[in-house]
Amino acid sequence: MEWIREKLDKLREPFNQGKKYEKFAPAFDAFDTLLFTPNHTTSKGAHVRDAVDLKRVMITVVLALVPVLLFGMWNTGYQYLKQIQPEVEFWDAFGYGAMEILPMIVVSYAVGLGIEFAFAIFRGHEVNEGYLVTGLLIPMIMPVGLPLWMLAISVVFAVLIGKEAFGGTGMNILNPALTARAFAFFAYPTYMSGNQVWVMNAPEMDAVSGETILGTLAAGQEVQYSSMDMFWGLIPGSIGETSAALCLLGALLLIFTKVGSWRIMLSCVLGASVMGLIFNALPSMGIEGNALTSFAWYNHLIAGGLAFGIVYMATDPVSGAQTTKGKWIYGFFIGLFSVMIRIFNPAYPEGVMLAILLMNVFAPTIDHYVIQSSISRRNKRKKGINPQINTAV
Amino acid sequence: MSKDIRIKRGHTLRLKGEAEKTLVDAPRSKTYAIKPPDFHAVIPKMVLKEGARVEAGDELFFSKYSEQVRFTSPVSGTLKEIKRGEKRRIMEVIIDADPSDTYREFGTLDPLSADAEAVKNRILESGCWAFINQRPYDIVADPKDNAKAIFISGFNTAPLSPDVDFMLKDRMDAFQAGINALSRMAMVHLSVAHDSSSFGSIKNAELHKVSGPHPAANVGVQIHHIDPINMGERVWTVKPEDVAIIGDLFLSGRFNAVRTVAVAGSEAENKKYFRTKIGANVTELIGTVGDDIRIISGDVLTGQKLSNGQYVGFFANLVTLIPEGNVYRMFGWLPFTYNDIPSKSRTNLSWMFPKKKYTVNTNLHGEVRALVVTGEMEEVVPMDIFPMQLIKACMAGDIEKMENLGIYEVAPEDFALVDYVNTSKIEAQEIIRLGLDLMITEVG
Repeated sequence: MEWIREKLDKLREPFNQGKKYEKFAPAFDAFDTLLFTPNHTTSKGAHVRDAVDLKRVMITVVLALVPVLLFGMWNTGYQYLKQIQPEVEFWDAFGYGAMEILPMIVVSYAVGLGIEFAFAIFRGHEVNEGYLVTGLLIPMIMPVGLPLWMLAISVVFAVLIGKEAFGGTGMNILNPALTARAFAFFAYPTYMSGNQVWVMNAPEMDAVSGETILGTLAAGQEVQYSSMDMFWGLIPGSIGETSAALCLLGALLLIFTKVGSWRIMLSCVLGASVMGLIFNALPSMGIEGNALTSFAWYNHLIAGGLAFGIVYMATDPVSGAQTTKGKWIYGFFIGLFSVMIRIFNPAYPEGVMLAILLMNVFAPTIDHYVIQSSISRRNKRKKGINPQINTAV
Repeated sequence: MSKDIRIKRGHTLRLKGEAEKTLVDAPRSKTYAIKPPDFHAVIPKMVLKEGARVEAGDELFFSKYSEQVRFTSPVSGTLKEIKRGEKRRIMEVIIDADPSDTYREFGTLDPLSADAEAVKNRILESGCWAFINQRPYDIVADPKDNAKAIFISGFNTAPLSPDVDFMLKDRMDAFQAGINALSRMAMVHLSVAHDSSSFGSIKNAELHKVSGPHPAANVGVQIHHIDPINMGERVWTVKPEDVAIIGDLFLSGRFNAVRTVAVAGSEAENKKYFRTKIGANVTELIGTVGDDIRIISGDVLTGQKLSNGQYVGFFANLVTLIPEGNVYRMFGWLPFTYNDIPSKSRTNLSWMFPKKKYTVNTNLHGEVRALVVTGEMEEVVPMDIFPMQLIKACMAGDIEKMENLGIYEVAPEDFALVDYVNTSKIEAQEIIRLGLDLMITEVG
């Protein structure tokens, strides 16, 4: 590998300090450090460092996304082909889906990384790895067949307004991938909701049931899919969200590597279950529910984007709560609000996106109160005995 | 009331090259040096000129802000050089040592029966005050203050750090005398490892048994669990071997600056415990080493980098030698690869071998980034403190927030593991040090 290194060092020369392309060094380094972890040594502080770095963490998340992505490719083809032919071959379905989805991924990465590189060069800092995950997440939470230019504009909005405006990776308030989806959702609603977008070319076919489960419920119709279908993901929906089983697999990898917070994931599931159980219990309290309220609580966990959102979006450490206690509260409310929005507002059957964005906004407030409780504990200690107790006695 | 403390959060780094438990006398250095930068925030005022004759225990310089705080020569000889750095800051005061030491006689004193003020003055006069560190701020204590308590951590958990029981086993009398002297100034808390047997008979000190991973032996962590520092309070800390030096002062009437230095690390050849004096030349202990080896005065987490021919730090009981890490690694970011580099995270598989000892180098293993990952710092700071929020408050210079988040209870060494584990390669110790310095100027 020595000769690659030598070649790279030679190629870098014009980018070195004081040379012609000095300004473009961050762009060169982004590729260089992707090939080789640099030879930087510690100059102050601890002399030895842990093997982990941000690249490793982000690549781990990408790895956790791969099974879901591959399944999404197959399912896209499967959902389309099963409408027009009785038997669906595995590779036909996969090939069809891949042909639809790969361009979306390419566009997402090209546009997003383009902006990231431009900012890195302009601001003179390294290219951050955050977009490696965001860039893959964005196509996976869009309906298949979304025009590529809409995808590109959503990416531009998410990266520019959602992230770079706040100072780049690590400084953003909202999850950038969900910002992209929210933008597309409100800017191009006809491409992002309804019963025609979730299966490829649905409008061109008659009698296609391209409705998502939550959409069906909101419209007050019968769901044709079993819980097992929902769990394994043989249902229409955004590219990555359908298979709860594979989201679970990704969750296990994230929890095993300690990259994703198990506290957030668990508390999300708890929150969603609690809300689901409350609505399920409505008839026993004498209140007549509807198709959505009587949708079994466990089905809420496996239908729609909840599982995907919990595993890959809610656990985003930058936009989520940062304190341990805060993570429990943050996750619980995401679960709670997801199901609540689904049921109360049939116009937005996909509640998890809005719930996570809402809690992103509230995460700093949650942390503030968690930290404040520690501060008041410290202040109380300072005063010795709490003076109020003294006067009360 | 003694407490048993069990530290749960933390991380013990297992490295190759532990020092073998043999105590040998180090060859006598030709030169010794006291390095004023070892005493943070002390501005030295020299009393002697180059060429002056000194006995062991003679004053070399004092602190500009407190004339009582003297720094004395560990050996006898002649003052060879006052080495200055940028802005004429004094970096090293080098002494050409005699073949054997002659001492300035301070006279013996029984600290328990003598006047408390006399005990304190003796410590000040002899230069032993330099061993007394103050929390908050991690600086040399101010003799005008009244300390709430004095804390001594009687063991080590830092990587490759020396065994205190072994280091002190022939000096327990001096150690007891030192405790006696310190106990005249404030209550003394001595924390020992839960499996230590050497300190059972120590009197005049509150004994606490502590167990758990590093940083369980950090005195700051122990203070936090025994009697935390509140705003406006002062506590003092002394290292165990320095307690013995203080004790020796009262027993023999001399400033006998004995320093046991363990030489350890994967690149060290003669891994033993050496007896020498404070400020020994590192070359006398380890010889001359190449550029591919880093010499660290102290442990790999908190130590200072040394070059050949430089001097071991004033407080250091350890010299660590590890390989420099200026090498490239191809696809170093691939999860579950490069398992020979220890990681607290589970993005490689080193955690599956908790007993394995590693050779580590000084590579940063990544690049500096903005703070992204949360929850990892909390796992290595076993205190009721939010490390990431405190670091951010220090970076922002928000004094009120730093105070609220517990800046008075921490020292840079308590954040050494944060340096080590954090994904973004943030220099936590430096940030905390700058935060403490800001507090010194703003609050005092």
